[in-house]
Amino acid sequence: MSEYTATVTVRLKQGVLDPEAETTQRALERLGFELGDLRSADQFEIDLEAANADGATERVTEMTERLLANPTLHDYDITVEEQ
Amino acid sequence: MTVAVVQFGGSNCDRDTVQALETLGFDAELTWHADGLPADTSGIVLPGGFSYGDYLRAGAMAARSPIMDEVREAAGRGTPVLGICNGAQIGCEASLTPGAFTINRSARFQCEHVYLRVENDATPWTANYDEGAVVEFPIAHGEGRFEIGDDELAGLEADDRILFKYCDENGEITEAANPNGSKHNVAGVLGEAEHIAVMMPHPERVSLPELGSTAGRGVLRGFAQA
Repeated sequence: MSEYTATVTVRLKQGVLDPEAETTQRALERLGFELGDLRSADQFEIDLEAANADGATERVTEMTERLLANPTLHDYDITVEEQ
Repeated sequence: MTVAVVQFGGSNCDRDTVQALETLGFDAELTWHADGLPADTSGIVLPGGFSYGDYLRAGAMAARSPIMDEVREAAGRGTPVLGICNGAQIGCEASLTPGAFTINRSARFQCEHVYLRVENDATPWTANYDEGAVVEFPIAHGEGRFEIGDDELAGLEADDRILFKYCDENGEITEAANPNGSKHNVAGVLGEAEHIAVMMPHPERVSLPELGSTAGRGVLRGFAQA
């Protein structure tokens, strides 16, 4: 068994309104910054033991599909690194 | 015959709902989630509140608590289930009903009265109203924007699974009358079967004369018809 850290990024699907990101963008613009667009995402870092990277990815994918992301709202990607 | 009102940590409309149901003659029981459903459960309310602090997404944690397996099984046997506000968010997170309720277009918590148009009066929850009727209910939510894929929404419309839409006082479905940016102004929907329903507005808060209106009683009376 090896130790892995998986990083799960959960972001809104294209076309789904992101009112918090819009508010944040407006606040940056009020501070005088110029920017084209701002998107927000949630990121989770999960430490776990697994036989190999594929095994770690499989378990984290299940965690993401069952809880961390809502398929109506979100897309996600997962990267796994050995510690 | 007992309508179980499921209490999660952070539910806060549970007692109001029990009182409203009892006023209408139902036997209603506060049911702590860890205790499971009462043996004689004949109806289930997932009440409003802020279960588990709305962590991750509103309703996400409660939707995955063990009692929801019992709720799903009961719903599968035909037991009527109504999710209100946080209960609606839980119902969608638990896939009892389609879509998701997410952050309001305003990015703010909104507590106000809204007008709703009855879209389909052939369900237990709306049979006490006329189709097209306009009713005034309160909302109180930060995550009430109904979001769903366009194809799935078209399917819901075609199958008459929309219960209520936000409208103006004349029953016109307009963007100005849409308090939270919900797709197609949807305020409440049916699950796969008509005895399963969720809605963001609060019928229990307009069910006692002392509260100034009893317009919401018709929804709760659905437990006698479902």
